Amino acid sequence: MASINLLHKEYVIEQGNFLKAGEASSAIKQILRQLGVSAGVLRRVSIASYEAELNMVIHSFGGTVSADISPHAVVLEFADTGPGIEDVELAMQDGYSTASEEIRNMGFGAGLGMRNIKRCCDGMDIVSSAGGTKLTLTFLV
Amino acid sequence: MKPLTVEELTQKIDGRLCAGQGAAQREVRSGCVCDLLSWVMAHAKKGTAWVTVQTHMNVVAVAELLEIACVIFPDGMEADAAVLSKADETGVPVVSSPKNAFDIAGIIHAAGVRGV
Repeated sequence: MASINLLHKEYVIEQGNFLKAGEASSAIKQILRQLGVSAGVLRRVSIASYEAELNMVIHSFGGTVSADISPHAVVLEFADTGPGIEDVELAMQDGYSTASEEIRNMGFGAGLGMRNIKRCCDGMDIVSSAGGTKLTLTFLV
Repeated sequence: MKPLTVEELTQKIDGRLCAGQGAAQREVRSGCVCDLLSWVMAHAKKGTAWVTVQTHMNVVAVAELLEIACVIFPDGMEADAAVLSKADETGVPVVSSPKNAFDIAGIIHAAGVRGV
């Protein structure tokens, strides 16, 4: 059966822009809320999306977040333009972080983000090279 | 016991509601003292009162996403006007209290609120 795509949205994420960081996640959440998505799913999407968005702001050169919303699933794709994650397996480990002292002082970079993402989504795919990282998260609605 | 509202909590900790006055009647269902944003993301819930010394913009983003009851800055800490304006815009109550984080947590706990 062909899936019906209700909605496609895209947001630009800028490297190092902490003033705007979280706005894409907030916008996605508002859309899902308007579509009547349950509070539990809203919470899971919000947490994973925020963590992934902040990862892009902190660690990448910037990129885009796209949200594809169908009646059965929400798919978020975070695609940046580099520099890539050197060791994805290591990055997935709790407590591992390459964040600078300055970033840590802001309360980020504790190495908890990837765990939060994994815990909150129903499917997670990550492909990374020096040219960029693509993180695809699926949430069943 | 009748749940504590953000307004009542603000009075108990001698605080000042610096932003998000429109949501002052929101109920406080749990409490959390933490400065690691990912930790708060993982543990705080809708209705949590969050005490933190982080006063930057992303505290508001986390609070908004989780629909937490309010953000509390201890030791008289204040946030920038831009942060408060964002909090107003997104309906996140921000409280500044002259008390320290430990005492704030004690007062909120004594009022019947428990940790997340």
